[in-house]
Amino acid sequence: MSDKMHIKLKVNGEDREFLAEPRELLIYALREHLDLTGPHVGCDTSHCGACTVTIDGKSVKSCTMFVAQANGAEITTIEGIGQPDALHVLQESFREHHGLQCGFCTPGMITRATKLLEENPDPTEEDIRFGMAGNICRCTGYQNIVKSIQAAATEMNSAKEAAE
Amino acid sequence: MNDMTPDRDDRSANLKGMGCSRKRVEDVRFTQGKGNYVDDVKLPGMLHGDFVRSPYAHARIKSINTEAAMALDGVVAVLTAEDLAPLNLHWMPTLAGDKQMVLADGKVLFQGQEVAFVVARDRYVAADAVELVEVDYEELPVLVDPFEALQSDVVLREDLEPGADGAHGPRKHHNHIFLWEAGDEATTNQVLENAEVVAEETMYYHRTHPCPLETCGSVASMDKVNGKLTLWGTFQAPHVVRTVASLLSGIEEHNIRVISPDIGGGFGNKVGVYPGYVCSIVASIVTGKPVKWIEDRMENLMSTAFARDYWMTGRISATKEGKITGLHCHVTADHGAFDACADPTKYPAGFMNICTGSYDIPVAYLGVDGVYTNKAPGGVSYRCSFRVTEAVYFIERMIEVLAIELNMDAAELRRINFIKKEQFPYKAALGWEYDSGDYHTAWDKALKTVEYDALRREQAERIEAFKRGETRKLMGIGLSFFTEIVGAGPVKNCDILGMGMFDSCEIRIHPTGSAIARLGTISQGQGHATTFAQILASETGIPADSITIEEGDTDTAPYGLGTYGSRSTPVAGAATALAGRKIRAKAQMIAAYLLEVHDDDVEFDVDRFVVKGAPERFKTMKEIAYAAYNQAIPGVEPGLEAVSYYDPPNMTYPFGAYVCVMDIDVDTGVPEIRRFYALDDCGTRINPMIIEGQVHGGLTEALAVALGQEIAYDDLGNVKTGTLMDFFLPTAWETPNYETDHTVTPSPHHPIGAKGVGESPHVGGVPCFSNAVQDAFRAFGLRHTHMPHDHWRIWKTANDLGLHG
Repeated sequence: MSDKMHIKLKVNGEDREFLAEPRELLIYALREHLDLTGPHVGCDTSHCGACTVTIDGKSVKSCTMFVAQANGAEITTIEGIGQPDALHVLQESFREHHGLQCGFCTPGMITRATKLLEENPDPTEEDIRFGMAGNICRCTGYQNIVKSIQAAATEMNSAKEAAE
Repeated sequence: MNDMTPDRDDRSANLKGMGCSRKRVEDVRFTQGKGNYVDDVKLPGMLHGDFVRSPYAHARIKSINTEAAMALDGVVAVLTAEDLAPLNLHWMPTLAGDKQMVLADGKVLFQGQEVAFVVARDRYVAADAVELVEVDYEELPVLVDPFEALQSDVVLREDLEPGADGAHGPRKHHNHIFLWEAGDEATTNQVLENAEVVAEETMYYHRTHPCPLETCGSVASMDKVNGKLTLWGTFQAPHVVRTVASLLSGIEEHNIRVISPDIGGGFGNKVGVYPGYVCSIVASIVTGKPVKWIEDRMENLMSTAFARDYWMTGRISATKEGKITGLHCHVTADHGAFDACADPTKYPAGFMNICTGSYDIPVAYLGVDGVYTNKAPGGVSYRCSFRVTEAVYFIERMIEVLAIELNMDAAELRRINFIKKEQFPYKAALGWEYDSGDYHTAWDKALKTVEYDALRREQAERIEAFKRGETRKLMGIGLSFFTEIVGAGPVKNCDILGMGMFDSCEIRIHPTGSAIARLGTISQGQGHATTFAQILASETGIPADSITIEEGDTDTAPYGLGTYGSRSTPVAGAATALAGRKIRAKAQMIAAYLLEVHDDDVEFDVDRFVVKGAPERFKTMKEIAYAAYNQAIPGVEPGLEAVSYYDPPNMTYPFGAYVCVMDIDVDTGVPEIRRFYALDDCGTRINPMIIEGQVHGGLTEALAVALGQEIAYDDLGNVKTGTLMDFFLPTAWETPNYETDHTVTPSPHHPIGAKGVGESPHVGGVPCFSNAVQDAFRAFGLRHTHMPHDHWRIWKTANDLGLHG
């Protein structure tokens, strides 16, 4: 088990290199080697989505991927989505519409929602519910999560229109 | 003369006090991934623990060989019961007066039981080593049915002295734990025998699990230089954990610091004390290094904190007109291998004796038999006060069954039996004194909003259409009216391991007029940092945005019994209000001194004290705070601090009226929730936004439990629902939108009239969803069918009723 691989990733815009066992899961590598503790482990079986990150433009559950498989990839975690003085619209919107409670699912939820709105900038409620079904929340009952994403979509679209 | 601007309304709004939907302060860090949960704690040299668990539900352990595991590079220790025995830590006391194995001592009693604890350099090595521990088991007969367990010759708990009393009185069989009774059985039986109408039903409230998204875990760090143990963990009651850790380990309590950091949901799962916590402590003491233990999801579902598992048989009697005359309830309670139920000491069946519900029932009896089986221990209150979901489900099903017996509308049957507004405080037949309520108003509002009569007409038309073959969908109207009992509780009758169930708040006002307050509770998503600051803002006149709320660190927070059973607002919220009033009382003296008038000549006004009749003469709380630190005021100590320990005089009794409208496809068994209306009365409302969020969440957990979520075992005691593949957690796709509503009936004994709300929607929601399913089939002869109503069971119900032709 001691044969380690040289892993290179671009995480949140930064080049990162480290040694890892090929069997290590990506979520483990992110949390333990890179100290990115925003993504969480909730189920180990890719049902809950607390570990969701973006890999090369796609939403991925990082608990079900080996770090070796991600070698060379470009990854965005919640830590790369907004900064304290420049939050992403979704981060503001989740707070504004009470789209979170304990906060454990929130990083995965917001990370997934950023992709959802890229894939479909003007989603219906049904689109949101279907597109977010891979992310489980035990606290909110989803109603305010849906509302948060809808409001963020509206805001992002009007900002885009204003810019055009 | 002082500047009179801004005006009173602006000053009031600026406080963000009680009643406003203040945005949560917690969210700033959570939305950026900057929460700090137990698994985020990382200490230099930290080791990782993992359990060898039993694959069998009942087996004798003939030997454990740890040699191969110890030989693996990176393994530091492998602990077994033998290693813990000299420290007397191989068993631990449970919250229910029983004891539980920390590591298997000679035998295992449930699948997933902790057998050995491996400590290694990292999680991967620990997991490898777990596979290398060789355990030789000899299988024993398995008991998973509590009724069979009470007849069986198989002795599950060989450690208990045969014939000796248990913690709650005589045990009538070697697998019996207790019989707990309330009410008057003889009179109840007499009333039932002579009644005009009696309805009888047995219902199984299946075993389930709170399953918060974050599993349980801990990090123990024993500093051998200064003799201090620091323990981070997923604890809903950190102070109690400190006391228990001290009693178990012999380390003096001042040398133990327990920290509950951010908690990723609790719902009752994190009230208990689990072997993992104990093993991480012992491992840290043994190795001298910090040791982390984090459950995986399967371990969580298999070993920590099941909920429910009650077989309830009820008999309810009434006059021909529907006036209820008596209620008899017997429960066979499956407690698993150890009685580790998280209930106040004197209540081995929790507050199951709230099972007369919202109704004026003159005489009642409750008997609960606790039974050992080869299932996991636990018995926590999953999003409810102690066993209140079971009680409310029981009575709300009994009402439906009685309505069938009487051929009466279930809404009307409820209405004519509600406790009337003028009867409060109401002494119930099983002993509780309900503080306040206005059930008729809530019920009428709910039925009017959903247009109940029109719904019933639509349902009748649907039934006819179904019979004519024009539709394959039936319509169910689910009703429930619940009364919760929360805010445990008066120290005179509620304690956990001898600790009275008070709670606390300590406030320090800083010289510049901002503040920090610390409480004995701990938020798991309820937003305490937001709402407790709102209470203080209203009580002290310091803006909520200038108040930091801290919880969960036993070195700094005052002692409290923690957060569960909706007790934070009723108990710690009261302590907070009263501590705030102490601040205000001292502030009044300071203000009077500064204004050169008598204490009685000033009065509090939003954020200041004003001279009565001269509103232009005042001192703001900011000015008063500064004066408290920089002026010598005769007869008044410097500083502005207060602490309050609150022992509630009574529980609080939130209530609510819920209606669910559902379409059920009889061919697929799929229920579609068309509408869900929830009216909650939690007394004074502190933050409407947070209340609504709690209701949405509680209802969704109710939906889960009613419509599919269960911990199921096969006959050999294998857990059939150990991952989220099998254990139902609703996603955004299955979850409907909810309509929320409210009435306000303040608690008369609570300083701010608040009653608590976090658990109400779960308590009221489960029977509402279940009643909707069952109501759909009422016209076809269904009387009762057990939860969870998953698609297969609903299909089966339709099939059994001959609806598939």
